[in-house]
Amino acid sequence: MISLQNLTCTFHAGTPNAKTVIRDLNLTVDAGEFVTIIGSNGAGKTTLFNLISGNLLPTSGRVFIDGEDVTAHPEYKRARTMGRIFQDPLAGTASNMTLEDNMMITCKKGFKWPVISLNRKMRAYFCEQLVNLKMGLESRMKENISTLSGGQRQALTLLMMVLSNPAIALLDEHTAALDPRNAAIVMDLTTRFITEHRLTTLMITHNMNHAIAYGSRLLMMDAGEIIIDVSGADKARLTVPKLLEMFSTVRRKAFENDEVLLAAG
Amino acid sequence: MLEGIFVEGLIYAIMALGVFFTFRILDFPDLTVDGSFPMGAVIMATALSGGINPLAGLLLAFSGGVLAGFVTAAIHNRLKVPHLLAGILTMTMLYSVNIRILGNRANLPLLRVDTIITHVSVATRGLIPADWASLLFFAMVVLAIKFALDLFFHTDMGLVFGALGNNEQMVKVQGVNPATLKLIGVGLSNGLVALSGAFAAQYQGFADVNLGQGIVVSGLASVMLGEFIIKSNRIGMLTLRVILGAILFKAIMYLGRFYGYYINMTPNDLKLIAGILIIASLAVTNYRRIRGKGGTAA
Ligand SMILES: Nc1ncnc2c1ncn2[C@@H]1O[C@H](COP(=O)(O)OP(=O)(O)O)[C@@H](O)[C@H]1O
Ligand SMILES: [Mg+2]
Repeated sequence: MISLQNLTCTFHAGTPNAKTVIRDLNLTVDAGEFVTIIGSNGAGKTTLFNLISGNLLPTSGRVFIDGEDVTAHPEYKRARTMGRIFQDPLAGTASNMTLEDNMMITCKKGFKWPVISLNRKMRAYFCEQLVNLKMGLESRMKENISTLSGGQRQALTLLMMVLSNPAIALLDEHTAALDPRNAAIVMDLTTRFITEHRLTTLMITHNMNHAIAYGSRLLMMDAGEIIIDVSGADKARLTVPKLLEMFSTVRRKAFENDEVLLAAG
Repeated sequence: MLEGIFVEGLIYAIMALGVFFTFRILDFPDLTVDGSFPMGAVIMATALSGGINPLAGLLLAFSGGVLAGFVTAAIHNRLKVPHLLAGILTMTMLYSVNIRILGNRANLPLLRVDTIITHVSVATRGLIPADWASLLFFAMVVLAIKFALDLFFHTDMGLVFGALGNNEQMVKVQGVNPATLKLIGVGLSNGLVALSGAFAAQYQGFADVNLGQGIVVSGLASVMLGEFIIKSNRIGMLTLRVILGAILFKAIMYLGRFYGYYINMTPNDLKLIAGILIIASLAVTNYRRIRGKGGTAA
């Protein structure tokens, strides 16, 4: 489904500030896989997503989606097969517009023509979908998005992503900005939607327990490289201490991210 | 005189709606307006002098404006030139283009040609006075444009326009090319501006390539005045307040022109007044925001 070949991304290439953030990276993700990605701050996780989504162009290397070389395709074209959710709950919705307007914009991918599709049937459909979130949003469809809490916005963004029917979901620490209760709700919705819609998913998380508990495959990134890649039975047997031990064997140093260690605690 | 204020206000309201579209919805401060407004006027005047039907002339003027907007958006999209510079480039080039359209002159009077206003007064002769007939006619035109815009902003495309100014990343994630939207948006906006210029030429009885100087500032002032009159975020109210703002702006300009001499003002000072109006609006908005943040606002 996703194949990255010799991907390298260097910021400010050719200047004294040159900084290689992704280093000759190779990765193949099969359709239906649910991959969790973990790594210290600055490891290049978000940059990896930017390269897959087309938000950034690689300095060298190729990106294939579904067998097609999309390295030169602009972000909006690649987006037709991809959903993406950011850490910032504000990033996925337009706050100056109503809930139903936001849903109308996001329920279908691709160019929008000047036709009115937001009719009674559509509203009933949105309402029915919102009930699934169990947040009472179905009665607030005419309210502005800005009146929603971060957790509600993120849950809604997730729902809207699923409705637009992508093949791939890129989730970038999408629960990190939420309080624990809302984070748990959004994580539950995430796993439910991924299973129901058989999405090929890449999920970045700073929570080692989540990375181990969820998904079928775990990647650990460090300094622009994938240093650990476990799946199947090996992943099922993984624990936090084991993961930390694997890291220090590979890198000959201790894992040094307080945030990750705390979250693992 | 009172009808005059309203008629001019209504004609300028069409331009202000275009300015509102780029500045407020698209978040694309577009200065093409200073060139596309006189462009509408000169296309209309040339068409009428050439014996072309006024309706066809309006359509030509609108299309000319759309093309001008396309040029600005294309410069911005393709060459990654900032909005303001792209607009200034087109506006400057349009000055020469407009003189070309007029046949190498700077103005063209419309003395003995039938304008749309002549047609209206002929059609309503004996029913209502000519001044009131124009007022009624322009009120209908502006309302028709307003409702068409309201309807447009309820379409799927219109909704994406709403999101674009707020969250461009969201639009991309939806698989829509923001560059295409900007092309359409800036095109439509300048189409409206040129239409306004075409009506203005017919109402004043001449077209002049200098007609557009500072138009974008008066459009923006109208938009901001409107924002003082009505607080809302429903699209129907947003377009309504642009129209009211344009009329109010014209009224203020009339006051300046007729009573300004008491304080030694001349018509040449009006652009200064327009600029000061905008600065005052910005200052008040800023003050309100600061006070609002402090939590003391009612
Ligand atoms: N646009 C950019 N220009 C320069 N440096 C960048 C840019 N984006 C990210 N970086 C740098 O690349 C490194 C990796 O960033 P990122 O991919 O966001 O890390 P992660 O998501 O794993 O925390 C960081 O050191 C960051 O400062
Ligand atoms: Mg990151």
